[in-house]
Amino acid sequence: MPPTLKACTPPPYPMAPSMTPVTRFIRESAEVFTFDLAPERATPFTPGQFNMLYAFGVGEIPISISGAADAPDQLTHTIRAVGPVSAALGRLKAGDQVGLRGPFGVGWPVEEAKGFDVLLIGGGIGLAPLRPAIYWLLRHRAAYGRVGVLYGARTPDDLIFVSELQEWRKTPDFQLRVAVERAGPEWTGDVGYVTPLLSKLRYDPADAIAMICGPEVMIRATALALEDAGIADSRIFVSMERNMKCAIGHCGHCQFGPLFICKDGPVHRYDRVRDLLAYREL
Amino acid sequence: MKDIADLLRHHPFAEGLDEETLALIAGCAKNVVLQPGDYLHREGAAADSFYLVRHGAVALETFVPGRGAFTFLTVKSGEILGADWLIPPYRSSFDARVVELTRAISFDGKCLRGKCEADPRVGYEMMKRFIPPLVKRLQSARMQALGMYDAANA
Repeated sequence: MPPTLKACTPPPYPMAPSMTPVTRFIRESAEVFTFDLAPERATPFTPGQFNMLYAFGVGEIPISISGAADAPDQLTHTIRAVGPVSAALGRLKAGDQVGLRGPFGVGWPVEEAKGFDVLLIGGGIGLAPLRPAIYWLLRHRAAYGRVGVLYGARTPDDLIFVSELQEWRKTPDFQLRVAVERAGPEWTGDVGYVTPLLSKLRYDPADAIAMICGPEVMIRATALALEDAGIADSRIFVSMERNMKCAIGHCGHCQFGPLFICKDGPVHRYDRVRDLLAYREL
Repeated sequence: MKDIADLLRHHPFAEGLDEETLALIAGCAKNVVLQPGDYLHREGAAADSFYLVRHGAVALETFVPGRGAFTFLTVKSGEILGADWLIPPYRSSFDARVVELTRAISFDGKCLRGKCEADPRVGYEMMKRFIPPLVKRLQSARMQALGMYDAANA
């Protein structure tokens, strides 16, 4: 029986942001930063869920939570500065405040994946929404089969969570492969597209669950490669991205065919969205 | 001690290859051990060999004036390195630099081309083994060329 997804209930008054202080700010790369928030109340979440972050005077955007789900007193977000709101968030420092709503949406199927081999494939900033699932798997390692992580980025300078990548590489019973698209001679790791590295991981396709997050082009290519490797499409999960406003399925901005990315996702079972991914109008 | 046919038999390239063909192509092959920093070939040089990597890693690079060498693909254990020996004028398109201690089976391209010309069945077997990884690399190269990570956000 294929695993199912569970949604977490958002808190009351989901449209009202709460003033939340930034407690730590980390520069991951030239464009990517991470900050921790101290919410006024403990905020349990499922790995893969997101919050709406409001940069006062600029706007609000959805950002996946990139920290550990077992530390609900702290919410961590990793953001790439690509637009006015994310750029404004990138200018914050410890002690500044943001507006916080959430958590929202459906996360990764970490409970349903128990007993399975688990593959996580992230591209670019897509590693950030996967990191809570990686933390979860490491913390509950005995409950899962083989675990493998593939991570693709543009260049070595664009890698995020670099110190953790080094730690994970040394972690027993944990497979990690990192590929960059181009590198100088000092880089001794993999260079190339991330998907072919699937063949380097050890897993049983008949008993594996895969989670993918990254650019949609990568999601499509990776999901097909996983199917080719023998993983059922009902056991492939993808995190989708669309413009969001309300985050609770009312406004329709993130409508994706019959689905709302904010409410029915952002994590979707691939067999439920694969046909929709073929529609360029969506 | 394993002979070259034994080494070849254990490489994914030879999977499904009949013993007769395996013995035939083994006649064009030799075992090589390469040290980090060695170059298998340089851009523009004669492409007279290809390699089946048994263990190790080789970086395919191109040199950009003023910026240095850029690696765009690493070839690792179980993979094929080199396709320029197949296509006239048999000239290497890129540098191939050994990144870590590498053990490989090296093929004399001219020798193998001769055997493929003499027996189209051998040529077809070689084509079946070269085309899939080359097509996959082409697909990957297109993905890399898209620069798709540039537009992604979380």
